[in-house]
Amino acid sequence: MKFSLSWLNEYITLGMGVDRLADGLTMAGLEVDSVTPLYDSLEGVVVARIVEAKPHPNADKLRLCQVDVGAEERVGIVCGAPNAAEGLVVPCALPGAVLPGGIKIKKGKIRGEKSGGMLCSARELQLATDASGLMELASDLVPGMPVKEALALKDSMVEIDLTPNRPDCLSVIGIAREAGSFQEPPVKVSYPEVSLPAADASLGTIADHTSVTIDDGDLCWRYAARLVFDVTVGPSPAWLQRRLLSVGLAPINNIVDITNFVMLETGQPMHAFDFDRLAENRVVVKRAAEGEAFTTLDGKEHTLTSEMLMICDGEKSVAIGGVMGGVNSEIGEGTTRVLLESACFNPTSVRKTSKLTGIHSDASHRFERGSDLEGVLFALNRATALVAELGGGALVDGLIDENPMPYAPRTIRVNVESLNSRLGTSLGAVEMQELLCRVEFAVDVLDENTLDVVPPSYRVDVERPEDLSEEIARLWGYNNIETSYAKVVASNESYPPAFSARQAVRSAFVGIGFNEAVNYSFIREDAVDRLRFAEGDPRRRLVTIVNPISEEQKVMRTSLIAGLLASAVRNISVQERSLHLFEVGATFIAGEGETLPEEPEMLAGLVTGDRRSASWFGKEEPCDFYDLKGALEGFFDSLHIFGVSFRPMVAEACCYTRPGYTAEILVDGEVIGLAGKVHGEVLKSFELKQDVFVFEMAMGPLAARISGDRQASSIPKFPSVTRDVTIICDASVCAGDAMAAIGDEKQALIEGAWLLDHYAGENIPEGKQSLTFRVVYRSADKTLNDKAVNKIHTRIMEMLLKRFDAVLP
Amino acid sequence: MENNIEQIYSEALSAIEAASDEKSVKTLSTLYLGRKGFVTQYLKNISSLPEGDRPLAGKRANEMKRGLDGAIASRLAVLGAEAEASDPGIDVTLPGRLSASGSFHPITRITTEICEIFTRLGFSVVEGPEVESDYYNFEALNIPKHHPARDMQDTFYISPETVLRTHTSPTQPRVMEKSEPPVRIIAPGKVYRCDSDLTHTAMFHQVEGLYVDKKVSFGDLKGVLTSFIHQMFDPGISLRFRPSFFPFTEPSAEVDIKCVICRGKGCRVCSHTGWLEILGSGMVHPAVLENVGYDTEKVSGFAFGMGVERITMLKYGVDDIRKYFENDIRFLRQF
Repeated sequence: MKFSLSWLNEYITLGMGVDRLADGLTMAGLEVDSVTPLYDSLEGVVVARIVEAKPHPNADKLRLCQVDVGAEERVGIVCGAPNAAEGLVVPCALPGAVLPGGIKIKKGKIRGEKSGGMLCSARELQLATDASGLMELASDLVPGMPVKEALALKDSMVEIDLTPNRPDCLSVIGIAREAGSFQEPPVKVSYPEVSLPAADASLGTIADHTSVTIDDGDLCWRYAARLVFDVTVGPSPAWLQRRLLSVGLAPINNIVDITNFVMLETGQPMHAFDFDRLAENRVVVKRAAEGEAFTTLDGKEHTLTSEMLMICDGEKSVAIGGVMGGVNSEIGEGTTRVLLESACFNPTSVRKTSKLTGIHSDASHRFERGSDLEGVLFALNRATALVAELGGGALVDGLIDENPMPYAPRTIRVNVESLNSRLGTSLGAVEMQELLCRVEFAVDVLDENTLDVVPPSYRVDVERPEDLSEEIARLWGYNNIETSYAKVVASNESYPPAFSARQAVRSAFVGIGFNEAVNYSFIREDAVDRLRFAEGDPRRRLVTIVNPISEEQKVMRTSLIAGLLASAVRNISVQERSLHLFEVGATFIAGEGETLPEEPEMLAGLVTGDRRSASWFGKEEPCDFYDLKGALEGFFDSLHIFGVSFRPMVAEACCYTRPGYTAEILVDGEVIGLAGKVHGEVLKSFELKQDVFVFEMAMGPLAARISGDRQASSIPKFPSVTRDVTIICDASVCAGDAMAAIGDEKQALIEGAWLLDHYAGENIPEGKQSLTFRVVYRSADKTLNDKAVNKIHTRIMEMLLKRFDAVLP
Repeated sequence: MENNIEQIYSEALSAIEAASDEKSVKTLSTLYLGRKGFVTQYLKNISSLPEGDRPLAGKRANEMKRGLDGAIASRLAVLGAEAEASDPGIDVTLPGRLSASGSFHPITRITTEICEIFTRLGFSVVEGPEVESDYYNFEALNIPKHHPARDMQDTFYISPETVLRTHTSPTQPRVMEKSEPPVRIIAPGKVYRCDSDLTHTAMFHQVEGLYVDKKVSFGDLKGVLTSFIHQMFDPGISLRFRPSFFPFTEPSAEVDIKCVICRGKGCRVCSHTGWLEILGSGMVHPAVLENVGYDTEKVSGFAFGMGVERITMLKYGVDDIRKYFENDIRFLRQF
């Protein structure tokens, strides 16, 4: 909502500057978004008198003027205006001025003649719409005087970011009422005086000419109309144009300008029909026919539904009620007879229609928030008086006022004590009464603890005692309410397990050098194809956004991988090609019918580029699968999640990773995710030109295993003995299986075993590999001797040879 | 023999003393004390001495052995000390072998900080789904269909009855439906709005708060939020409560802090007002409490919600909201 300070001053005498006004409005709940000085662009525009006007020697339509701008020397200015004549007093923009349209005034030559400024039309200064010639100023003005001063153009435009509960403040009068409420003492608004001209008796009464029938009183609560005949449609006077221009509205013609002006002044949307274009000269208010076509004022065609309320004449629809008029009854230059409409429509209906037609107009904006049933006639009379005055028309006697839903004042009973308890205040009944009276609520103090309050008709937002608590709080001042500290009982609840698990997982990954990423939850629809999810994979059950912002953000992700790969692409494009990223967040798998989707939380990450960048101690080394796997092993260790194993994922199960380079991750035998090298096709579809290694795991089973519990055990007192064993076996044997086989022996004296070396190539037969394991033996209660160790070690060795069909080197 | 050995011994001691490096000392050690060294040879020859001389000679041989050992050890120590003293050392300015350091996303850092403050204030953390029913996202919060308040939040629809939650507020009715007062929760999480420009991303993060109990007042709301802001920003920071409108609170209040960038003088970040909007709050609307079956005669409460991106922007000086989700490693490493 925009208004200008001078406009506001029409209705209220403010004892404060614009800064304090802005602050006061903001603190009253009408947040001031900006205060913009108006007419600043008239800086450098002065009053000038044309002393001499001669034809331009080189151009027929131009004139060469000698102008008195209050300086000692006259200024020569080339001017194309038809009315440039000797003796005329006009505005002149001097070099350095920047006009409203951004035109910079400079000294120059026009067709060979020097020109030291620019004589201006009203439109060029955006003071009115007239561009037909120079703006003529009062002849007694002194040349050289700034035009701003000469025309007393000192004003500011204030813009308010209005919340939807305050339609009453979608009007300058409404804002004036608020501005008056926080003055000391409060100032009442002086409403504009409306004096209707005497009706022209020769025209009979309005009932002789027209009628209004409301068929659908549930949607049209009130409809009032007046007729003005013999109107001359033309430009509005300067004051009216300036009012509209000051809030950024373009003047159109006097009748349309008046309806806009009254709407901005009172908050009541108005409409003017060309009475002669109404078939049978009558108005019917009813629901549209389903599928009816209708063209609105803006030239757009709409298909109506039977839910929409229309204003019709005897034959056809002429306006979408409360939303926009039709092109078929528009006021034009030839209009002489005007029907003025002032109505109140069902807010929900207007909102539905506005949404369905996609028209958001100043009228629908006000009606859908709730307009003042009791303000209908005031606005109608105000507009009628202005039409008669500015359009020079004759008023037809009488008015039509159909009112199927009469205004019923609400009385709200307030319990003073409970209201105080809600706010933390200790106001008395009379204090509350005084506060509410500031905003024109009628208050009856029944006793010291009870008030009966009737809000004004325009305060459609106030319905129950709690609504009054807000009124009282804001009028008293939020910052005058004492800050208190509730007695809080200590909570036994700690973070929910999923929340704690997420935090633990993040700390673990940050600890091993990963950077946390956060990607949008929505992705492209074809991501599921690009990630090669198989038919029937639940990750193809997409949750699709009906109204996405773009194709890039069309469906909810079913895997975190697409987002991470896209992040890698972005980084690589800025030469950051070595990355360790992880992300934790929800994925979305569509449910059946209207059920909400499942939201499995996932943990994923990627490693790409160099394990180590080139440095003085070595060349760069590209990372590989084992960098990722090592990171994951470190991650599980740091969270004390044991019983983790990796096993080859069968080729058919691989989607975004490459078969043969993908491991399933198991914890206690349960598959919780995978780690692998990104599939070549996936790399290609993401336009990645370097290998990427990714993992993705379900948070649920991980969270179940993350615990802060720890159990201490005694530190060994006796030394360990280390033995290595090397076998040569088939290259197809998995080292992990051999490791597991050693573990399966369940020898109490084996403290640990790991793969020390893995080799294939020279000196090893084709198709074979050499695996060396290091086994550590230790007893908890004695120093082991060679004999005891050798016995077990030999058994382990024999088991490996037998189990894996291996030989010793 | 006697004199001869004494002379060899004395020469050996001098030689050790004169040795100029560790290696020569070691060579001398082998030469004198090794199997072919004169002490060993001397001991071997003891049996050829007269019986009466043998104990003395043996004792003397052992003395010489210890003497040589000592001389060698002290010479090595001296040489070691000298070598250490003259060692120019390494170039400690060569870069080290880096252990990679990771980073938390800035939104994670700030969310964690917010949650820690509120848990200190006695709140519990809860979470809710990101795809939400129209009922919990709107209707239960006193935002009926076709209400202009729906325009305050541009909604992504999955179906007519399913939306991407536009705020974390649906956790309010979800929690209250399942538990009796007192309720004291905060709910962090992702939210979505169909709005994307320089200052808005279609996804962002909020933290919701709700406190319902007997006799909870607007003054209590001010107390909790003042304490939070003082802990989050600076105990000295000025703040103000300003009337506003949310359909699910009444009265509603925006909370502003003095601009942390210009300290209230007015700058681009605060749109020259000197104040920064930090969070929205209010007393829970009775319709919301009634929807979950609470008795509004007996309990009241307050709710609040804040945007994590905005607080992060103010705390860390992030100047472009879109940076949060681009995951540019040069951005992520800064946190």
